[in-house]
Amino acid sequence: MRSLNGSARALVDRTAGEISREIYVNADIYREEQERVFARAWLYVGHESQVAKPGDFLVSKMGEESVILTRDREGKLHVFLNSCRHRGMKVCRYDDGNTRAFTCPYHAWTYELDGRLIGVQDYENSYRPPFDRAEWGLVEVAQLANVRGTIWATWDRNAPSFDDYLGDMKFALDLGLRPWDGGDGETEVLGSIQKWIVPCNWKFIAENFAGDVLHVVSHRSVDMVGIGPTKGPGRRDHYGRALLGAYPGGHGVTYGVTPPVKQRSDYADSPETAAYFQACWEKRVARLGDKAGIVPIVGTVFPNTSFHMQQPRTILVSHPRGACECEMWRIYLVDKTAPEAVKRFLRAYYIRYSGPAGMTEQDDMENWNYASSASRGTIARQYPYHYKSGLGSEDGRSGLIPGFVTDRHTSEQNPRALYRRWAEYMDADDWGALMAADGR
Amino acid sequence: MSGSAVSPERLSYLSLLREVEDLYYGEADLLDERRYEPWLELFTDDAVYWMPMRKNVPWEERDRDITAEEDIAWMHDDKPTLTKRVQQLMTGIHWAEEPLSRVSHLITNIRIADSVHVLADGEAMRVKCRFFVYRNRLETETDLLVGRREDTLRRVAGALKIARRKIIIEQSVLMAKNLTVFL
Repeated sequence: MRSLNGSARALVDRTAGEISREIYVNADIYREEQERVFARAWLYVGHESQVAKPGDFLVSKMGEESVILTRDREGKLHVFLNSCRHRGMKVCRYDDGNTRAFTCPYHAWTYELDGRLIGVQDYENSYRPPFDRAEWGLVEVAQLANVRGTIWATWDRNAPSFDDYLGDMKFALDLGLRPWDGGDGETEVLGSIQKWIVPCNWKFIAENFAGDVLHVVSHRSVDMVGIGPTKGPGRRDHYGRALLGAYPGGHGVTYGVTPPVKQRSDYADSPETAAYFQACWEKRVARLGDKAGIVPIVGTVFPNTSFHMQQPRTILVSHPRGACECEMWRIYLVDKTAPEAVKRFLRAYYIRYSGPAGMTEQDDMENWNYASSASRGTIARQYPYHYKSGLGSEDGRSGLIPGFVTDRHTSEQNPRALYRRWAEYMDADDWGALMAADGR
Repeated sequence: MSGSAVSPERLSYLSLLREVEDLYYGEADLLDERRYEPWLELFTDDAVYWMPMRKNVPWEERDRDITAEEDIAWMHDDKPTLTKRVQQLMTGIHWAEEPLSRVSHLITNIRIADSVHVLADGEAMRVKCRFFVYRNRLETETDLLVGRREDTLRRVAGALKIARRKIIIEQSVLMAKNLTVFL
């Protein structure tokens, strides 16, 4: 049953820039968004470098569901629901690895890497007439897409293609997922995934990375002590002028724009890394020209996949676990052909910045935690959150960057775009209505 | 047993073990009493402070249930980075620890893992122990961090110093929202 009765738009007043606290704390709304957002939207699953060889698998999540990303014998990628069709047991309880098949530990139903059911106990004698095993393979996602190595999927066969889903947001993903030299080489996942529980609604995280320059005060302590990659105070490499790009699909990016001719002065703490990035930078300028200086610093692909695409370079997923709980995953990216010394430097820098022990991220979790808990009360829920910064400047355009772009970098246009889209998902019954709403 | 006195080797081993215990219990007090700068002095200048992650892997691959040194970790700090963490705690605006959490470190199961009974200046030895760390903050937020430590202790100018620390938390998905407590 629908608790919102088609009224999600009323909770998200984009004209006034006011958003009801109910959408962050209400358990009924949470349950409904599992159906209306997570069962329909495109979600990040993994990276092809994590399943490089046939038989490689990675257990991931799509919303609340456990899924398996695997590469079959022909090299084709699949994403399956990690639940046996017989009694629901997880058919894979390992985080990653390589296997010939998935055998359920409960009653031994066995599935081929392409999801086909190939083993059922006493199949010949117990089932008269025999049931059609072809109909009882692992549940597979309806659509799968690969953008420069990142693997995305949706359960909804009626969803638009991932390209259409992204719209102009494709620009940011395509640019950000290239190697730093701007070419067509590969990026790869650097090691294992950080996973941890945060007591907040997943949307706090999605909106934070969609574009919230105002929260810089959260990080003043780390900026004061300075964690590199350049000597002195601060915590990340130079990004120049900040611009915000919002997209009708609910996506948002904070871009940094520097002049493409500028000599980079980053990574002074590591001469090898500085030399690597300077060499990449020169190739990037030669390849991309005016666009070389554009970097998607942080962003969110609706609903819950965020990224840093400068350094640190990471993908962040806020998997929902309840109205006031989520599971954060940090996946770190690096240029595949970067020298080992550069990867080593970046690994140490990435994790002193991000993750539960990251000197930047630690303070975010405190804010999201207690913003959530202080919004649960009966009285608190009566007062909407304030998203009015930059109201009225939503229709900006830029010759450099597609989308609705503003140089008022403290604007809250990107969170407003994310919540507008969220409300459309909650209210629209089908993709026809959703795509019709996809605009302004 | 002959009933004779404890051997000199045994005595020096027990003395060394007591010295390790003094180091660890003193360290726990420094941390729980928030005396972070003297705590830093317990580490050698070339110290490595490493907290790998844990993974769910098959029995035959059990060696990789602790992430390797070249993998992503929860923390993998040198002393300058540890020093930055201490400086951040002392800014008074590090919201994750402002106001400060209440923390107790229980250190137990201490074992010298090498067969040594004396440690001369410049020499090192491996020591294992368990920790149980209770963290409580604001009103009722509580984390229980339980695990193992594998240290390399080196004698420097007469004093035992921590040259390398490997911290193994017994969780795969970390159930604490952040790791702002030294283990």
